[in-house]
Amino acid sequence: MKSSLKNMVVVLATITTVTSFAVGYVYKITKEPIRKSKVQKTKSALEEVLPSFETLSEPQKLMVYDTDAENIIIYKATDANDAYVGCAVESYSNNGYGGTIRLVVGFDVNNSINKIAVVGHSETPGLGAKITETESPFIVQFQGKNPNEFKLSVKPDGGDVDAITASTISSRAYTDAVKRAFEGVKKSLGEEVDAVGSATSQYTKAEATQDADNNQKTDDNE
Amino acid sequence: MIMNKIQIFSKGLIKENPTFVLLLGMCPTLGTTSTAINGMSMGAATMFVLVMSNIAISLIKNIIPDKVRIPAFIVVIASFVTVVQLCMQAYVPALYETLGVFIPLIVVNCIILGRAEAFASKNGIFASALDGLGIGLGFTLSLTLIGAVRELLSSNSIFDYTFEFLPGNGVLLFALAPGAFIVLSYLLVLFNKYLKK
Repeated sequence: MKSSLKNMVVVLATITTVTSFAVGYVYKITKEPIRKSKVQKTKSALEEVLPSFETLSEPQKLMVYDTDAENIIIYKATDANDAYVGCAVESYSNNGYGGTIRLVVGFDVNNSINKIAVVGHSETPGLGAKITETESPFIVQFQGKNPNEFKLSVKPDGGDVDAITASTISSRAYTDAVKRAFEGVKKSLGEEVDAVGSATSQYTKAEATQDADNNQKTDDNE
Repeated sequence: MIMNKIQIFSKGLIKENPTFVLLLGMCPTLGTTSTAINGMSMGAATMFVLVMSNIAISLIKNIIPDKVRIPAFIVVIASFVTVVQLCMQAYVPALYETLGVFIPLIVVNCIILGRAEAFASKNGIFASALDGLGIGLGFTLSLTLIGAVRELLSSNSIFDYTFEFLPGNGVLLFALAPGAFIVLSYLLVLFNKYLKK
């Protein structure tokens, strides 16, 4: 078709308008499933990393280092008798090879690492992405370790963590996120030692999920 | 007539295979094929966008002024890519995370723009859809093949099914970008020797 200023403007405007509406519509119908899948991911990660528990406390947000741009989120878990059994921390590190690595780190009652789940990363598939393999020696080496005795940095940096072969940067970032989680727990428990294990956390599992829900919502709005 | 249609579909598989003959779309080809499943998912996502954009563009080809046809094509393609991205994020989040940045990059995949320009803007809806399907399938198969070879050499497995192919843990090089180039070039040699006439 021959071009004139008028038909070029009209056609491009029409195409962009129509496609914008189409994309907007798809965004609207996928918004809820996307949010749900994120919430579900956090929820299943929390259940995966914690020792068996009955109720979760209200999420506590706190800044670990002064240079941090983002909060970590701590959930304290209690059993049926309201005794403190451990906590889970949504932590992160911005030093990944492909950007931010997000972890949920579970600690038991002695502040030893229980389990760790990766909830978000963009590391290289086949290399740094090995941080997601739950049975790999790299992941297993953290389990049951107390960071007070197990120095949380990779061996080339003088720590106790064996890095994944050829993925030292990813391993270092992963370790950094775990360390951030541990520092957060120390800070949090140090501040309110009295509160832990007492009857302050009366949240049920359902309510905790609701909280996770709400968090996600505020995150979306930010 | 039917022969003609079959040809439109089948030329994408071998004669005009986008990866091994046209050598188009090299960025996702090299970037996402570290494992067979990644290669296949990337191919499938591209195929969907290719078929849909071919259909859409053949529908609107008569109203697009020549001078703005490329921006018009890109807008259409980008919309379908966004749709794929949102749907993947909603319904297959694990896959979405693996492919990551390569999904939005389908927009600038030259196979899609190339087919829009060379085929869909000159042919009818049905032929364009067939062309998209053929080229898309050729692309998917090529990516799966490269991914399978790289996965086999780098971690002794195909589609996460592990077996003893190489002693030890495999050659790490093949999981990295240089390995992608090496595998692609050798497959290219084999393809040209045995399949291309």
